[in-house]
Amino acid sequence: MHPAKSVIFFTTASGAGYGLVFLLIAADLAGLLPASFWLSFTGYAVGFALIIGGLLSSTFHLGHPERAWRALTQWRSSWLSREGVMAIFTFLPTGLFALHQLFWPGDFPVLAPLVGLAGMAAAAVTVYCTAMIYASLKPVHGWHNGYVPVGYLLFSLITGLVLVNALFAVFGFSSLPLLLVGLGALALGLVFKVAYWRFLDGTQSLSTPESATGLGEFGRVRLFEAPHTEANYLMQEMGFRIARKHAAKLRRIALLCAFMLPFLLTLPGIFATGLVGVLCLCLAVVSCAVGMVTERWLFFAEARHTVSLYYGTAHA
Amino acid sequence: MTSLPKQPSGKKLGLVIDLDICVGCHACAVNCKEWNTGGHSAPLTDTDPYGAAPSGVWFNRIHSFEVTNEQGAGRTVNFPKSCLHCEEAPCVTVCPTGASYKREEDGIVLVNADHCIGCKLCSWACPYGAREYDADAGVMKKCTLCVDKIYNPNLPEESRVPACVSTCPTGARSFGDLGDPDSDVSRLVASRGGFDLMPEQECRPTNKYLPPRPKKTGDGAAPAQALTPVTDSSAGLLARWVDRILSA
Repeated sequence: MHPAKSVIFFTTASGAGYGLVFLLIAADLAGLLPASFWLSFTGYAVGFALIIGGLLSSTFHLGHPERAWRALTQWRSSWLSREGVMAIFTFLPTGLFALHQLFWPGDFPVLAPLVGLAGMAAAAVTVYCTAMIYASLKPVHGWHNGYVPVGYLLFSLITGLVLVNALFAVFGFSSLPLLLVGLGALALGLVFKVAYWRFLDGTQSLSTPESATGLGEFGRVRLFEAPHTEANYLMQEMGFRIARKHAAKLRRIALLCAFMLPFLLTLPGIFATGLVGVLCLCLAVVSCAVGMVTERWLFFAEARHTVSLYYGTAHA
Repeated sequence: MTSLPKQPSGKKLGLVIDLDICVGCHACAVNCKEWNTGGHSAPLTDTDPYGAAPSGVWFNRIHSFEVTNEQGAGRTVNFPKSCLHCEEAPCVTVCPTGASYKREEDGIVLVNADHCIGCKLCSWACPYGAREYDADAGVMKKCTLCVDKIYNPNLPEESRVPACVSTCPTGARSFGDLGDPDSDVSRLVASRGGFDLMPEQECRPTNKYLPPRPKKTGDGAAPAQALTPVTDSSAGLLARWVDRILSA
């Protein structure tokens, strides 16, 4: 599948934003958030900026961005529509909780945690809806499986953890539980991504050139002549292919930058205080961002669509 | 509304494509383009039509496949493909805006170009590649089954069939109601063993394909041998004379 920049930025950025907002609320409810106005303010500002930036970028690839509001109408059947509705709804509880935390901390002791929990749930459901846009597409075998929603939720949490730990360090705080959870999530992310790639390499779609043409009873089917000499929309959008040697290299870059380096850079955050710890945790954010963008690029570029069976590929 | 119609009328207009007859002349694709560039989804934009990399919107494309059996004998099958107007059309249910819809009265799948936001998700959801994005108009387009031709009272009765059907010089394409088991097309499908493309994708396509008929020499026959040179003894007088002159 064609890896569109706007969609890669959207899924990684708003995923990180939802992860960060989720964790800020969770940390507050768990009593882990230091009473620092500017830490909370910066955290929510970064979180909402990532979410809004991602959502805006997702409209850039539309043919008619001015009609985007129509995408909120078909939530009964469409995961893309559900995602739009949830993205907008999520601003309500998360925004209210953020305002409460910033300006009226301690007020509404019963109502506030409920709103916070609702915000956390809404953020998670929004990320789940994003994942289901892809996981619901049966023609793309690499997406139509349980790995995809789990991966989107896990990577959203991981990027949020890396961000929240850097945020704490920048403001001179440190939360051992959050650092430890961050390390655990990064290790889990690494294992999960390797498992997904093993699955991807060992599986292929039920659809074949034989089933696509219905000519299997006559023998093996091979494209003899394409419908035209030049590439068409379908081949550009769905027939994107990536050289195997690049794929292997990019997979190593993704694992290294998204999980391994942030893991190693989080360790000093536990033991070293002061500038070294801050620097390491900030570098972890940069590394994780590079790794996640690479991971997401591969998620699209490595996915094969059944329509490519009509254009000369042997399996999808 | 992008939910599929709950109580379809039972009428399922569609095409039956005979892979035995199709000669791969591309006339159906050309007439499709001709009719539809002035029809319901007009225009079918072309970019760089006379340049180095021409590209454009086509609702109908003709592939050619080579099928080789275990004995090594092959056959070429010309394979026209357009929207299959599926009963379980995934392109309709993924649409976030309601622009993509399946008509209750005859099962035709259409796009409302005034509501389409051009997100392209429907083209990802279609396993067959039936959707065509018009980058110039910023909306998705697709085969309309010539909805503006088949119901057009200004046309003579015999012309009220899709453009691809009316133009096919070999009669490889038939149009009719596949929801009616007694229709000509349904009987054709039953008698010839018509099949669905990619049934495992569970889209329940309306359009059916008819398999190539068995070869007269038999499908299990060994591949034809390469020609061998004619020996002197069996060659005629003229051939031997020409051979002698040329060999000299």
